[in-house]
Amino acid sequence: MSITKTFMGYKRENGRVGIRNHVIILPVDDISNACAEAIGNNIKGTVAIPHSYGRLQFGKDLELFFRTIIGTGKNPNVAAVIVVGIEPKWTKKVVEEIAKTGKPVEGFSIEGLGDIATTMKASKKAQEFVQWASEKQRVECPLSDLWISVKCGESDTTSGLASNPAVGNLMDKLEPYGVHLCFGETSEITGAEMVCTARGKDEKAKKKFLDTWNNYNNFILENKTNDLSESQPTAGNIKGGLTTIEEKAFGNLQKIGKKVKYVDVLEPAEEPKNGKGLYFMDTSSAAAECVTLQAAAGFTVHLFPTGQGNVVGNPIEPVVKLTANPKTALTMSEHIDLDVSKILKREMNLNQAGDALIDITVKTANGRITCAEALGHKEFVITKLYRSA
Amino acid sequence: MKMPQTDLIIHDEKDNVAVVVIDKTSKNQECIGWIMENDKTIKIKSNSEIPLGHKIALKDFKSGDTILKYGHDIGKVVAPIKKGDHVHVHNVKTKKW
Repeated sequence: MSITKTFMGYKRENGRVGIRNHVIILPVDDISNACAEAIGNNIKGTVAIPHSYGRLQFGKDLELFFRTIIGTGKNPNVAAVIVVGIEPKWTKKVVEEIAKTGKPVEGFSIEGLGDIATTMKASKKAQEFVQWASEKQRVECPLSDLWISVKCGESDTTSGLASNPAVGNLMDKLEPYGVHLCFGETSEITGAEMVCTARGKDEKAKKKFLDTWNNYNNFILENKTNDLSESQPTAGNIKGGLTTIEEKAFGNLQKIGKKVKYVDVLEPAEEPKNGKGLYFMDTSSAAAECVTLQAAAGFTVHLFPTGQGNVVGNPIEPVVKLTANPKTALTMSEHIDLDVSKILKREMNLNQAGDALIDITVKTANGRITCAEALGHKEFVITKLYRSA
Repeated sequence: MKMPQTDLIIHDEKDNVAVVVIDKTSKNQECIGWIMENDKTIKIKSNSEIPLGHKIALKDFKSGDTILKYGHDIGKVVAPIKKGDHVHVHNVKTKKW
């Protein structure tokens, strides 16, 4: 199959390209969720993104929180942003950072005004933004404007056999086009950490990866109360036939294909700055947390292989799901964008599966609604490093 | 080309377990396994029902032996396993954590 060289996207003020045109209502903190959701209900075509944190965080945990919230607003899938916070200071900080992209953003703080008056003021602005955004047209963009993140979930042995290698096949094929790619799931590399280290482009990247993995592994060793059975692998993984974390890790790593090397290692939600290519991001292996961090780093389309049937979505980054498990493809068909289970019967090979995945990825970039979008999955989960003050 | 029925898939020639890719194997079934890496075919008898996605032993193992899949170490044997047995959490554990 010849690969299509372009897709239709939304060109943003800073040159990045989005594949969606969302106007988001972004609360700065947990207690501003009600107001944000009220604005979202008032103005059709906007999406409120409630979450659980943003109060009394400090240090590195606070830095990660801001990186996640601000990064979400900066993502090119977002056309414009309404920020709502209880206090003006942090609200202003979020607004100023998002404004650096050049996109319309306006902040509202609730203190001294109350939810109702804030909702009224912010709704007027949200209506203005949504009508402005609706005038934007998709334009033809080169494939190099695509930023693709990957993460697998509810994996079983069919993930390692077929759906993860299909993602790897896509990476091997698209990397030469200058696409940005990202994988993560630090804990799920356990057992395959040396093989993953060897996939670094240079000694600096390799060392950075191994240091990151060691930090995570030491954290797990310090906090574990057993061998993590039923956490890693999960009960769903075990039901699907996965026995150990090592087995899961080698299956997981199939997602980065056979040739591509990662150019750098990112902090959670950190935007890549070394140009095109594959990046490893230090993330949890929990689906919603990982996708939220990748979206906050600026990735615009997510590929999600599943075995037993994970149903995750994200409010701003479309999640394309594929499975090689014939039972999941049948019993959970409304969640599966691409069925590659024919690989198990030798009726499809990885090359064909990779091509089919490129096809659905480009269609999604062009505007096709994913299963997760159609079903309203908007999981937005902030990674928290430690307790708040 | 019409491919033969595949009951099991083996990732790498070095692997000592295979993955069931049919709904389940039955006791004493002569299973056909496909080695993905070199496109060879092997046969092995299943000693019990083994469900889709689960692993079957391609050789005898004793406690302390290493299970190889993807050509790599994926854990240690903790109870004796016969060729054709179901390989899972009851007889294999992680070497990590």
